[in-house]
Order: sequence, then C-alpha cells, then structure tokens
Amino acid sequence: MRAFLAIVARDLRLGLRQGGDILTLVLFFVIVGTVLPFAIGPDRPQLARLAPAIVWVAALLAQLLSNERLFGSDFEDGSLAILRHAPLPLEMVVGAKMLAHWVLTALPIIAATPVLALMLGMEGETLLRAIGSLVLGTPALVAFGTVGAAVTVGLKRGGLVAPVLVLPLSLPVLIFGTGAMAPMVPGASGQALLLLAALGLVSVALVPFAAAMALRFAGE
Amino acid sequence: MKDLALLEDNAPKPGLWTQIAHPGLFLGWSRHLIVPLAVITAALAAWGLYLSFWGSPPDYQMGDTVRIMYVHVPAAWLSQFCYAVMFASAIGTLVWRHPMADVSQKAAAPLGAAFTLLALFTGSLWGRPTWGTFWEWDGRMTSTLVLLFIYLGIIALWRAFDDQLKAARFVSVVTLVGAINIPVIKFSVDWWQTLHQPASVIRLDGPTIAPEILIPLLVMTAAFSMLFLTLHLVRMRTEVIKRRIRSLELAAARAAAGGAL
Repeated sequence: MRAFLAIVARDLRLGLRQGGDILTLVLFFVIVGTVLPFAIGPDRPQLARLAPAIVWVAALLAQLLSNERLFGSDFEDGSLAILRHAPLPLEMVVGAKMLAHWVLTALPIIAATPVLALMLGMEGETLLRAIGSLVLGTPALVAFGTVGAAVTVGLKRGGLVAPVLVLPLSLPVLIFGTGAMAPMVPGASGQALLLLAALGLVSVALVPFAAAMALRFAGE
Repeated sequence: MKDLALLEDNAPKPGLWTQIAHPGLFLGWSRHLIVPLAVITAALAAWGLYLSFWGSPPDYQMGDTVRIMYVHVPAAWLSQFCYAVMFASAIGTLVWRHPMADVSQKAAAPLGAAFTLLALFTGSLWGRPTWGTFWEWDGRMTSTLVLLFIYLGIIALWRAFDDQLKAARFVSVVTLVGAINIPVIKFSVDWWQTLHQPASVIRLDGPTIAPEILIPLLVMTAAFSMLFLTLHLVRMRTEVIKRRIRSLELAAARAAAGGAL
C-alpha cells in the first residue's frame, strides 16, 4: 500500500510541477465548450437544452487528449521497465497511475464545469447533475483511456490509433452521462446515474488487469 | 525447419492437433479444402438466392422489401460471429501464444468489418420503405455501428505495428475489452424498445417467423457462414505465406549484408 501511494504521489508531483499541462487541459475543455455555441448559434434556450451534451463532449475530448501522458514519458525514460520489475504488482501500478491521472485531468475539468455551465445558461439543478455525472463518469473515461494508452505505448505512429480505439468504447459513458443530466423523464435520469456508476466501478476494477497485460507485452 | 526436425525426433507421427495447428502443415491440408468449400458456398448461395427471390412469398405487410431480410439478417449474425471467432483466437494468442491464433484473428477482422457494413447498409435500405428513414439512433443500430468502429480500430491497430507477432498480443487485449459490446447488441432490442424488432428466430418458444420465410433465411445463413469459412481460410493461408515470404526476404537481406561485409 505504501508503494501504491508512493506512485500516486510521484505522478501527482510530476504532473503538478509541470503546471502548464493542467492549465492547457482546462483551457482546451472551456474552448471546446465555447466553440460549439458559435457553431450552433447564440440561441439561449436551445443552448441550455444542448448544454449537457456540450459539457460531456468537451470533457470526453479533453480526456482523450491527455491519455497519452499516462504511460508515454514513463515508457520513454525507462521508468516503466523499472516499475514492471518492481515488487508491487503491475496491476497495482496501473491502478495508482489511473488514480493520479484522474486527479490530474478529471478533477480540473470538473472544477471548470461551473464556468462552462454559466456561459451555456445551465440552471442550478442541471449544474449539480452535470458535476455529479462527471464525477461518476470520468473514472470510466480514464479507465478506457488507460487501455488505449497501454496498448499503443510502444508505437511510434500510434498517435491517432489510441483515440480511434478509445472513442467507441467510451460511447456508453457518454450516453449514460448525458442521460443522467436530462431532466425530462422522471426516474430515467436516476437509472442512468446508477448505470454510469456501475460502468465506472466495473471498468476501474477490470482495466488494470488488461492494461498491465499490454504493458508486459510492451516490455518484451 | 529446425522445429520439424525436432518433431520427428520426439514423435514419429505428429498428433492430430499438431497437424491442424502447425503453420506449415496447415498450408498442406487447407489447400485441399478451398475448392470444395467454395463450391458448397456457391451452391448454397444459388439455392438461397433462388428461394429468396422466387421461392418465397412477399410479406403481407412489407411486400417485396421483406426479401432484403435474406441478406440483412445473415450479415448481422455473421458480423457478431466474426467477433466470436476473433475473441476465441485472442484467447488462443494470450494463453498459448500460438501463431495460428494470431493469423486467425488477423484474418477475421476485415471480414467482420465487411459483414457489419453489409448489415448496416442493407438495414438502412430496408428501413427507408418500412420505417420511413434510412437511419435511426436506436439501440441495435447504434451498437452495431460501434461494432463497426471497433473492427476498424482493431484493423488500424494491426496496421500500426511493424512486428506482427507483437501486434497480435496488443490486439488480443483490445479484442477482449471490446467484447463487452456484443451482449449490448444482442440485448439492445430488449433493453431499449425502439424501432428495431426483437429476436424472432432463435427463441425459447420457437421461431415466430412463417416457415416459407424461415427456410430461405436459414439457407442464406448457411451460405453466408460457408462464405465466411472459405474466405477466412483463404485469408489465413495468405497471411501464413506472407509471413513466410517476409522472413525469407529478411534472411536473404541478412545474407546479402553478411556477404558484403
């Protein structure tokens, strides 16, 4: 457990000292969220109706962009090879990295959601639902991104392959995430929230095994 | 060659499983299967097409458009069957590290993508006259579209690697993770009750389709399955030969470089 926490702390420290990355990510999230209204037009009721979709698409794209950081630099400088031979199981290492990655990428996005919500004309209750669905849904996004990152880690021209692999897998997260924010049908949003939580728990529990398997192959 | 020599030392007669799975022996026995399989496929397709165009009545509601079903339903079944083949081969790759499992996986991916595309295409052609729309965002169509994207992503991953032996293991991981989509497709019509009709052939209480429509459908399904089997075998043979040529070329290049030095 101490080794697990040490890896989380290491990744957090590495991420925070390159503070520019987090800022860029938040900026990207907000910019995607503000570009779509330009394309849709400044019709406030329509924007408010589309707001859940915009928030989720922006979060999905921002998350997708940041996934490469999960193993990329560790693979290049050789720390991944050291971690692979560490006494701590590789599955735990992957779990620690996912946790740190979630803190470094998903939390800033969630924190920036109120800004976006304000501009899109979301009401208080919808904003709370948005934050709730993001909190429940982003772990699953991180998990699927981890599979994509682990599978393409050693690839020189893997830049575009990982998003193509990850996006179809992330679609259920998007569906239930926006479903959880829809106030139209009473009861349906609660059900979507539960499914979203289930998806997050299952993927976070199973992904470390798949990703660790791929990372072992990458080292061979 | 070295492996073969070893094999002869230890066991004078290779076992059945070795004969099936050894790449060199595979090329030997599969050569004799291609033509008979192709003939069976052509015969079944001819019979099935005759039944579906002339040997079956038009539907009392949908008229002649019901004939699209004889292509649509087998293609949709095959699109999922291909994934099952890839899933089984992926386990073969991960557990036994068997090169023929790699080859089988790689050969099935484009076939699966083609059947999925055919199912989506015929589905939209059928949807226009009966539902009034080419495309509807309902559960089964969306999840089949996701299946197509997964197939294409897997093909892209295969092509991103230079070393195909290595690629097979990474692709296997993705194949296993992507398999969660298959039950979603199967049960989508039960979970989200939308336009697409629920299962009507394979049911506990027997099929709800009239026999004069069911028989052409089953013949066409058999034809499609045989087509898959034939093409899969041809693609596997091509892949084995391709790898063999590549290793021969590498050996020749190495010899040439050694001679130059």
